[in-house]
Amino acid sequence: MAAVTDHMTAPGAPAIRRTPMATFDLIFRNASFLAALFVLVLLAGIMLSMVIGGWPAFREFGLGFITSSVWDTQREQYGAWPAIVGTLSTALIALLVGVPLSLGIAVYLTQLAPAWIKQPVSTAIELLAAVPSIIYGMWGLFVFVPLFAAYVQIPVSNLVEGIPILGTVMYSRSPSGLGILTAGIILAFMIIPFIASITRDMLDQIPSVLRESAYGIGATTWEVVRHVLVPQAGVSIIGAIMLGLGRALGETMAVTFVVGNANRLSASIMDPGSTIASRIANEFNEAMGLQLNSLIALGCILFFVTFVVLVAARILVARVKSF
Amino acid sequence: MTMTTPAGSTEVVWGRVRQGRRTADRAMKLIATGFTFLAIFVLFWILGLLIVKGIGGLSLATFTHVTPGPGSEGGGLANAIVGSLVLTFLGIVVATPVGVLAGTYLAEYGRGSKLADLIRFINDILLSAPSILIGLFVYVILVEPFRGYSGWAGGVALGIIAIPVIVRTTEDMLRLVPGGLREAGSALGAPPSVVITSVTWRAAKSGMVTGILLALARIAGETAPLIFTALNNNSWFAWNLSGGVANLPVTIYQFASAPYENWQELAWAGSLIITVSILILSVVARRIVRGGK
Repeated sequence: MAAVTDHMTAPGAPAIRRTPMATFDLIFRNASFLAALFVLVLLAGIMLSMVIGGWPAFREFGLGFITSSVWDTQREQYGAWPAIVGTLSTALIALLVGVPLSLGIAVYLTQLAPAWIKQPVSTAIELLAAVPSIIYGMWGLFVFVPLFAAYVQIPVSNLVEGIPILGTVMYSRSPSGLGILTAGIILAFMIIPFIASITRDMLDQIPSVLRESAYGIGATTWEVVRHVLVPQAGVSIIGAIMLGLGRALGETMAVTFVVGNANRLSASIMDPGSTIASRIANEFNEAMGLQLNSLIALGCILFFVTFVVLVAARILVARVKSF
Repeated sequence: MTMTTPAGSTEVVWGRVRQGRRTADRAMKLIATGFTFLAIFVLFWILGLLIVKGIGGLSLATFTHVTPGPGSEGGGLANAIVGSLVLTFLGIVVATPVGVLAGTYLAEYGRGSKLADLIRFINDILLSAPSILIGLFVYVILVEPFRGYSGWAGGVALGIIAIPVIVRTTEDMLRLVPGGLREAGSALGAPPSVVITSVTWRAAKSGMVTGILLALARIAGETAPLIFTALNNNSWFAWNLSGGVANLPVTIYQFASAPYENWQELAWAGSLIITVSILILSVVARRIVRGGK
């Protein structure tokens, strides 16, 4: 505004009049350009700080840092394998539980819900994303975990005991309710709003002519969804799922509350474990020296894994947006 | 050719095929509806739990007393609440200028440029990057070199989380402004910077405010990055951000699984306060967007 009034009142030749304007213009343009560049600097900074901070651990243990299962603060031996496995398995469980739920919700919102119900239900689903991670942790630890121990872990453990493969994977040695499976289920509810709302938007974008012609030849709602909508939105749904995966991989507080924070690797998904993020959150404040470097090195691994997942997700989502 | 055949005979002709298709259709509808209700049920379960458990810990003392030490009676969350407000505010103050300017560049100056496409792409990645990594990043650049946890570091960490949110919404909102407005501004002889600040920004104001509110809601409950940066303390909030600063999320984290009953009660009260504020913020932000349209 100030610039406009300056312009109006400034007397004299055009050359003099234009000078302050041109200066402000240049400053504004460059400031916004620098701000935009700052976004790139941020990502580069995060990458560099992880690599540099974790370097002593990578140098000390080499490739063994990734493959070793020992995490011993006394002997200064650190290996990331249990945390990597924990991260991948909780995220996988979250997808197995969360993806069907999210797709069902997206279909309900776009195809089934009456108009007056669509908006409030959409908002409610999106609010699931607004609930802070730590609140999911509180709910998980104090409400979900005891119920899960009593009604799932103990009965299932009794059921599968002695059965060859199931007896290993599903058996809980100490049915406390904490564990990889619990963390995965809670993560599932945390990623639902992301997958569901992107899928909903994608389904809404599909031209209604396609839908109408399918109904016109007598298809049922299920057939329209299965044979028309899903193939149309196809790749972008995979993108949405990968975005959810990116969330699940790096989720920290909720997982730290319910995963049990065990340092050893167990074959059973009912047993406590740890993820990269939960390990960092749990040990960071007491860590010194090589342990600190090892934790940052864990962060470095997490960075590159989520980076690859998110890049793939964005490419897939963007590709279909422009069809 | 009209409906001369009785209903019964059509069922015989179409019967089995139609039955199978209808069952599949019904099952799908039932499952989709059920899934939606399950998700909403979980939301209300969490909210109900917070209200039931948190309302007991809420009293005047919660807002006037500082967090209690181990084993001491009573206490409140006053320092944590003030600290959280200050850190969140600091984060928004850091993020708003950078986010708005970067969003403006992407929407106004960078149209069609390869660099702007790259920045947009990277911004979308930062938008979903795990917040714990941003906490570690700020630890490495601001905590380790200065040998101590500080409120400044906490505010910067929250700011970095907020920037991508603001960039994204600012750009989206500016793109909704019709080109005719810009052309009208340019036709009057206004240079690009004046067109942007007094025409485009003004037209997109409510949307941009929404973006800032959403960013606020996003960072208000962040816990992980604060563990590495601001940490916590038990004393009354002082206007000195160079030491650890008490804040609600880390207080909840530390108090929730503590053996003291008053700590647990305060953790629930804190959870209720923080969740209700964030949900109200999100709903208000959504309202503004819908009202603006």
